[in-house]
Amino acid sequence: MKNKKSHKNPEDRHPFFDQISQLWRNKTAVLGLVIITVFILSAILAPYLSPHDPLETALYDQLKPPVWHATGTWKNILGTDDLGRDILSRLIYGARVSLVVAVISVGLAFLCGTLLGCISGYYKGFRESIIMRCMDIILAFPYILLAIVVVAYLGPSLQNAMIAIAITYVPRFARIVRGSVLEECEKDYVSAARAIGARDFRIIFIAILPNCLGPLIVQTTLGFASAILDMAALSFLGLGAQPPTPEWGAMIAKSRALILRASWVMTFPGLAILFAVLGFNLLGDGLRDALDPRLRD
Amino acid sequence: MEQNNSLLTVKDLVKHFDISGGLLDQLALESGRIVRKKTTVKAVNDVSFTIMPQETLGVVGESGCGKSTLARAVLGLYPPNSGEIHYQDQRIDNLNPKQMLPFRKKMQMIFQDPYASLNPRMTVKKILEEPVYFHNKAINAQAAEDKVAEVMRQVGVDPAWSGRYPHEFSGGQRQRISIARALMVDPEFIVADEPVSALDVSIQAQILNLLMEAREKRGLTYMFITHDLSVVKHISTRVAVMYLGTICELAPTQTLYAQPGHPYTRALLSAIPELGVQKPKHLKLKGEVPTPINLPSGCVFHGRCIYANDRCTQEIPRLMRLESGAYVACHGVEEKRI
Repeated sequence: MKNKKSHKNPEDRHPFFDQISQLWRNKTAVLGLVIITVFILSAILAPYLSPHDPLETALYDQLKPPVWHATGTWKNILGTDDLGRDILSRLIYGARVSLVVAVISVGLAFLCGTLLGCISGYYKGFRESIIMRCMDIILAFPYILLAIVVVAYLGPSLQNAMIAIAITYVPRFARIVRGSVLEECEKDYVSAARAIGARDFRIIFIAILPNCLGPLIVQTTLGFASAILDMAALSFLGLGAQPPTPEWGAMIAKSRALILRASWVMTFPGLAILFAVLGFNLLGDGLRDALDPRLRD
Repeated sequence: MEQNNSLLTVKDLVKHFDISGGLLDQLALESGRIVRKKTTVKAVNDVSFTIMPQETLGVVGESGCGKSTLARAVLGLYPPNSGEIHYQDQRIDNLNPKQMLPFRKKMQMIFQDPYASLNPRMTVKKILEEPVYFHNKAINAQAAEDKVAEVMRQVGVDPAWSGRYPHEFSGGQRQRISIARALMVDPEFIVADEPVSALDVSIQAQILNLLMEAREKRGLTYMFITHDLSVVKHISTRVAVMYLGTICELAPTQTLYAQPGHPYTRALLSAIPELGVQKPKHLKLKGEVPTPINLPSGCVFHGRCIYANDRCTQEIPRLMRLESGAYVACHGVEEKRI
């Protein structure tokens, strides 16, 4: 590294770069990043990567086994399901559905939770009590049950399942943001901003919020993992994605009856969920270590 | 005490903090009935003083006596419970944030901890530019940059470092940046809340000199909060001594150090260590500072004062002018017992 001398003093760097290099040294986090990258790429490039149309049924190719099986063919690498649809293609398109679900539901929860957390952390008093008690009420329900109630009320569809997941995730973000904002509010740079005459909106979103991002990023990453899992669960129960949408949870649900006859139909979507969740969890843990100075060696 | 040409007048300022928590925590059972009880910290009680243009009022007192609360209340960072604050001839304690804006440009604050008072996510340039843009929306980028460089040079920080983040500076440099931020809007009045107590002694002198230099050049008025008696002697023209949320003595610096009036001031001054003195004559106070949640009746100092009598336990003393020009809030001094 000695000959690669950078023109800048290491002290000049933004703390962000230290955190990135910290993350890079964490091998499990890098593994998580690799898995996530694979999923994101397959989601984006789905039409180019998938060998077949995920919705195309082929009556003569029903329940073909994967290629390494004695009767498997290269035409359907991971085999076909009971309607003859190519499982690999459905998995690739399923990545798209899962990532969209994760981004939208966690994004919604992030926005609402951050806003509520900022308001209750900054203004305290009456508003804090009302907001945080509402969050406690949401947390008091088992979240999958709450999501089922919401979907049952709105009607089963992918969109409503995303709203349901978002609602159950709002309290996590609200609590984290509130805690950080409460802590930051005590610091003098907030008083200094007030002494300049900055308005509350500016103080909250420009001065305080960037200092609370560490735990928020971690929670968002871990939230992606649980959103994918919850969506699969809701779809498995028939409350999320409706057929013929290629959604991993729905794929597992549909092939339940075939598990003894054609185990691959159920195994591969299960593995896809496993790896997606694993990837986000590994990255989330790595980010937590990198962003929390107390955990550094 | 009433003078019309004063810069800042504070009248009977009271600031209490509610620490009783939520509604459920406030409920208490009293003789068979549920009553709502509030617990308040009485941080500042009936404090009155004036600050004349271009003077430096030092405020001294031990930890928890309400110095910082007073400073923040003066700047409108804490809304006072009662009392009035006048800046020149305008009352400012009841203004809304928008009406307060022109005064924000005239009054600035320097904070104690230079590690917490600069936003860690902003570069020095951004920290310093913010107040300029805020009070001068029409200013162009070049003018703002020039202004940042000029003020940075004045406080002795190389403008070439303006792209750096606060954590890359030492404590003394950060405090210089903190001072620069206060100077960016060309204020008239600066409240300095223990600006040197977080720094080591050699840096303290530099920062004090910087503050005094800025006072000469810009004609600034300071309210200088500290617990360090030698610092206050060095920089102040007048000194207010605070004890448990009240001012017990307010006097020109020379007078205060030469002939302290209030028993608390005497005890405080006798505690300054002196070189070459073998057996220091400390006036030892008995007991501890009472909690500001339950203030003692009468004079807040009566429990620890060797001169206290019955009157002191019942009647709250007001600041009285002495012949020396000092104001002392003490029944004993008023009755010429002390």
